[in-house]
Amino acid sequence: MALKKVKGNIERMFDKNLTDLVRGIRNNKENEAKYISQCMEDIKQELRQDNLAVKSNAIAKLTYLQMLGYDISWAGFNIIEVMSSSKFTLKRIGYLAASQSFHCDSELLMLTTNMIRKELNSQNQYEAGLALTSLSCYISTDLARDLSNDILTLLSSTKPYIRKKAVLMMYKVFLKYPEALRPAFPRLKEKLEDPDPGVQSAAVNVVCELARKNPKNYLSLAPVFFKLMTTSANNWMLIKIIKLFGALTPLEPRLGKKLIEPLTNLIHSTSAMSLLYECINTVIAVLISISSGMPNHAAGIQLCVQKLRILIEDSDQNLKYLGLLAMSKILKTHPKSVQAHKDLILQCLEDKDESIRLRALDLLYGMVSKKNLMEIVKKLMIHMDKAEGTVYRDELLSKIILICSQNNYQFITEFEWYITVLVDLAQMEFGSKQGHVIGSQLVDVCIRVQAIRSFAVAEMAQLLEVYTSTSQFTIMQEVLYAAAWLTGEFASELKNPEHTLRCMLKYKTLPQHIESVFIHNIIKLFAHIMQSYELAGRYDDILQLCDEILDKMNESIKSAELEVQERASTSLIIINIVKEEIASKNNSKLMDDVSENQPNELVATEILSLFSGELNPVAPKAQKKVPVPKGLDLDAWINEPIESSDSESEPETTDNLFVKSDKFDYGSKSEKYQYEPTEDDIKKSREARKHEQQNNPHYLKGSLSSEKSSNGQENIDNIPVTELNLSIPLKVITQKRSDKYLNLQKEKASKKRSKRKKKHHKSESSSDDNAVIEVKRDLELPEGATLSDSDSDHNKVDDPHRALDIDLELPPLADVLSKNETNVTDTEKKGKKDKKKSKKTDIKEKDKIKSEKKKKEKVENLLKLDKDTDEAKSKSDGKKVKKIKKKSKDKEKEGKVKTKKSSAGYEEALGISTPTKENYHQ
Amino acid sequence: MIKAILVFNNHGKPRLSKFYQYFPEDMQQQIIKETFQLVSKRDDNVCNFLEGGSLIGGSDYKLIYRHYATLYFVFCVDSSESELGILDLIQVFVETLDKCFENVCELDLIFHVDKVHFILNELVMGGMVLETNMTEILTRIEEQNKLEKQEAGISAAPARAVSAVKNMNLPQQIKDIKLPDLPQAIKDLKF
Repeated sequence: MALKKVKGNIERMFDKNLTDLVRGIRNNKENEAKYISQCMEDIKQELRQDNLAVKSNAIAKLTYLQMLGYDISWAGFNIIEVMSSSKFTLKRIGYLAASQSFHCDSELLMLTTNMIRKELNSQNQYEAGLALTSLSCYISTDLARDLSNDILTLLSSTKPYIRKKAVLMMYKVFLKYPEALRPAFPRLKEKLEDPDPGVQSAAVNVVCELARKNPKNYLSLAPVFFKLMTTSANNWMLIKIIKLFGALTPLEPRLGKKLIEPLTNLIHSTSAMSLLYECINTVIAVLISISSGMPNHAAGIQLCVQKLRILIEDSDQNLKYLGLLAMSKILKTHPKSVQAHKDLILQCLEDKDESIRLRALDLLYGMVSKKNLMEIVKKLMIHMDKAEGTVYRDELLSKIILICSQNNYQFITEFEWYITVLVDLAQMEFGSKQGHVIGSQLVDVCIRVQAIRSFAVAEMAQLLEVYTSTSQFTIMQEVLYAAAWLTGEFASELKNPEHTLRCMLKYKTLPQHIESVFIHNIIKLFAHIMQSYELAGRYDDILQLCDEILDKMNESIKSAELEVQERASTSLIIINIVKEEIASKNNSKLMDDVSENQPNELVATEILSLFSGELNPVAPKAQKKVPVPKGLDLDAWINEPIESSDSESEPETTDNLFVKSDKFDYGSKSEKYQYEPTEDDIKKSREARKHEQQNNPHYLKGSLSSEKSSNGQENIDNIPVTELNLSIPLKVITQKRSDKYLNLQKEKASKKRSKRKKKHHKSESSSDDNAVIEVKRDLELPEGATLSDSDSDHNKVDDPHRALDIDLELPPLADVLSKNETNVTDTEKKGKKDKKKSKKTDIKEKDKIKSEKKKKEKVENLLKLDKDTDEAKSKSDGKKVKKIKKKSKDKEKEGKVKTKKSSAGYEEALGISTPTKENYHQ
Repeated sequence: MIKAILVFNNHGKPRLSKFYQYFPEDMQQQIIKETFQLVSKRDDNVCNFLEGGSLIGGSDYKLIYRHYATLYFVFCVDSSESELGILDLIQVFVETLDKCFENVCELDLIFHVDKVHFILNELVMGGMVLETNMTEILTRIEEQNKLEKQEAGISAAPARAVSAVKNMNLPQQIKDIKLPDLPQAIKDLKF
C-alpha cells in the first residue's frame, strides 16, 4: 500500500502541473488550440487514475482552461471526487473548480449534498469556510432546502470567520428557498448586534439586500439601524445602512425627519467621499419623500446641490460622474434648483470622458427652454459628428429627440427647423434601431402639427429622390418608411407628385415591412395624381402610369413576405380595374372626339375614398384597452391544432399531462404552441384558401396576373434587373441646413431686442408672436379608458425577490400585519405543498441513483447511464411505467423551467463592509 | 451585489474571471471581450465608471474598474453597491495581492490563478463583500497556506524538487522560483 503511494507520487513528478500547462500555452502561441487539445487528452488520462493527487492536478489544469473558455462540465464527476478528498490542499482545488464550473441547474449537484453537509460541520473552520464560499456560487433550490438548517446552525458558531460566511450564505439560501426566511430571520437579526464587526457588517449587508426589494417588511428594524448608524465608525457599514435608509424613507416619512439631522451632520463632518456621497443621496431621497411636510426642506436641497456642485467641479473624474448622477435624482422633483447650475452641466457636455457626457446628457432634459433649445441641439449635433462609438451616438440621438419632443414639443417654436434636424440626423450613421426612432418622430410631428405638413412632405419627397440613386442603405431605410408613408398620406401637399411616384417605383430591394408601406402609398399617390389628370382629361398619362405601377406590382407579388404579396395583389387588382375604366373612357373620348363635358363620375374619387379619413395620434396603450367583446375567447383555437407527430400516439386519457408537456417542449420562450406548417401544408392550405376565396362573394376575385405570380417563384431568373440610374446627381449636403434656423432665430432675437428697446412696454406680448403653431395634444383612446389607468404588468413574475416578500414582524406594525396575513399564509401553504412534492421526487431520484451506483462501481458518465436505464426500463415495463415516468419527467421539467426563470430574473443583491481607508480621493 | 469580477491584461487576455451568476463558457468569453473593448479604449485620466455592456447586466449594472500597469481589474456591480466603495475594494484586492506575492506583477497572476482565486474568495463571497480589512484577510490566507504546508509534508518533497528544477530550466521565469520554497523543500527532505 505504502509502496503504491510512493509509486504514485513518483509518477506524479513527471506529470505536467498547472505551471507547465501555462508555460506550454505561452510557448505554443501559434497553435494554441492544438496544444490545448493535446493537454486535454493528458488530463483525461490523469483523471482515469486512482490517485486523488493526480486527479486534483488534472482538475487544477481544467480550471485554468475553463477561464480560457473551454467547457469542463464533462469533468463534473471528477471534480466532486476531488472535493471529497480528505486533504485540504486537494479539496481546495476541487471546490474552486466547482465554484467556477457548476451552476444551480447542474444535475450533479444532488450528489454533493451530504458531502457539503459533512464539510459544513467540520472541525476545521477553513474547511467549512471553503465549502460555504464554493456553495454560494452554485446553490440550487434542493441544496438550499436540504442544507438551510445546517447553515443556520453555523450562525451560532464560536468562530467569527464561520459566522460571517454563514450570514452571507443565508441570503443565497433565501433566494433559492424563500421558506427559510421566516424561521431564520430572528437569528439574522441577532447578528446585527454581533460582537465581531465583520459578522455585523455581513448581517447589515444581507438585510440591506433583502430590504432593498421589499422595504416595508423591514421598517421595524429602523431603530436598530439608527443606533448602528450613530455609533458605528465603520464606513463600509455606514454606507450600507445609509443606502438602506434611502429605501425605507419613502415608506415612513417620520423616519426621514429623524434622519435629516444626523445625516447633515455626517455630510459636514466626514472626510470620506464615499460616505459623503451616500449621505447626500439619502438626504435627497428623504427630501423627495417628505417634500411638503418640512418647513426647511428647501435648505436641505440647497445644501445637497451645493455639495454636488463641489463634487462636479472637482478635478477627480469619478466625483464629477457621481455628482452628475445624484443631480439627476434632484432634477425629477426640484428642477429649479438644478437649473441654477446650467452653466456647469453644459460645460460637462464638453468633457472628454464619455461616461460624464452621458450623465450630463441625462440632465439636459431639464435644462432646455424655448430660447436655448436650438443652440443646445446644435451643440449636440456637433458632438454627433465627433463621436466615435455608436453607443454614444445613439444616446445623443435619443436625447435630442427626447428634449425636443418633451411635453408635446413644448419648446419648439420653429417646426421647420425640427424637421430639418431630423432629416440631417437621418443622414448620419447609427445603430440599427435608431432609424425607426427618427422615422416615427417624423410621422408624429406631421400628424400633430398640421402647419408643417407641406414643408415636411417636400423634404420627404427629396429624401426619396436622393436615396434612389445612392447605395446608403443603412439607417435610411427605416426613415424611408416614414417618408413613403408621409408622402402618400399627405399627397395633396406635394408639388410634383408624379416625380415622387416615379422615385418610389424605382426602389428595388427594400426590407419587406418597408416595401409593403411603399406599395400602399404608391397607390395613394397614384389616386391623387389620377384625380388631377382625370379632371384634365389626360387619360394617356394615367394609362402609362398604370403600366409602370403594374410592372412594379408584378415584381412585388413574388416577394416571400405574405404582407407584401397581399398588398401587391390588392394593388394589382385595383390598378387593373382603373386601367379598364380609364381605357374605356379614353376610347369614348376618342370616338366622340368632341368631349362631352358630362360630369361623369371620376374613377379617382372612388379610389380616393379608399383612403379617406383623418388619422389621429393614438395613445400608447390604446390597443390594450380595447375591451374584448363578449363571447370572444382569445385563447380558443381557431383551427384545431394538427397532431404534430405520430410517435406520441398515447391514449387520449392522459390529456392534461400532454398539453402541459407540449408547452414546455415547444420553445422555452413563448409558451404558446406554435404550429409550423410544412411546404405541403402551405400548398394545400393555399389551394383551399383560393377555392374559398372564389366562392366567397366578399372577396375581390384575383385576375390572371395573380395566378401567374403564384407559381412565379420558380422563374427568378426572369425577373428583369435594371441598372441603377446614376444620372441623377448625388446630392451632398455639406453644411447642416438646420443651422440656418439658428441664425434666423439669432437675427430675430437681435431684431426683437432692438425693437424692445424702442417699444419697451410692448415687449411682453411680442415675445411669443412668431410661433403660435397648433400642436394636437389629444390622444385617441377607446371609450371609457383613461391614460392614467395603471398597468399591473410592472412586477416581473420571475423575480425571485417577490417570493421573499414575507412579513417578518409580529408585534409593532399590527395594522400592516393584518393586511398581509392572508398573503403570508397563502404563500406558506404553497410552500409546504411544494416542499412535500419536491421531497417525494427527490427521494425517488436519490433511490434511482443509488441503485445505479450499485450496478456499476465506476460511474463515469452518470447522465448517460441515467438515460440508458430509463430507456431499458420503459421498454420492458410497458405503458404504465411510461406514463408515470412521463409524469415525473414533466415535473422535473417544470421544476427546471422554474429555477431557470428565477436565475434569469435574479437581478439584485448586495455587498459588505469593514473599515478601509478612503485612499484614492485624498 | 457583484455580478462578476474580471481581470485581463492590456491585450484583453483573461487573467482571472469570476462570475457570480451563471453564464456558459462561450458567453463568458464574449463578456470578457466586450468588457475589454469598452474599458481599453478609455484614457487613464477619465472616470472609473462605465455603464454596463450589453451582454452583462443592463441599466442597473455598472462596470467599475481600475487600471494597474498591464492589468485591468473590472467589477460589474448593481446599484446596491457604493461606487466609491467598490473602487476601494479593488484597491484592497490589489494591495492584498501585492502582499501575498511580494511586488505582484502580471506573471504572478498568470502562473498562480488558483492562488489569486483563493485570495479573492476571502474578499468576496457569492457576489457579496465578505471582508475589507486587509490584516484580517492576510491572516486568513496565511493560516490556510500553513494548513497546506502541513499536509504537504514529506510526500510533496520530490514533486517540489522536480518542479523547482523545471523552473530553473527557464531562466526568464526566475521570479517564479519562490525563494521560501527551497528551504522548505530541504527541510522536508531531512525528515
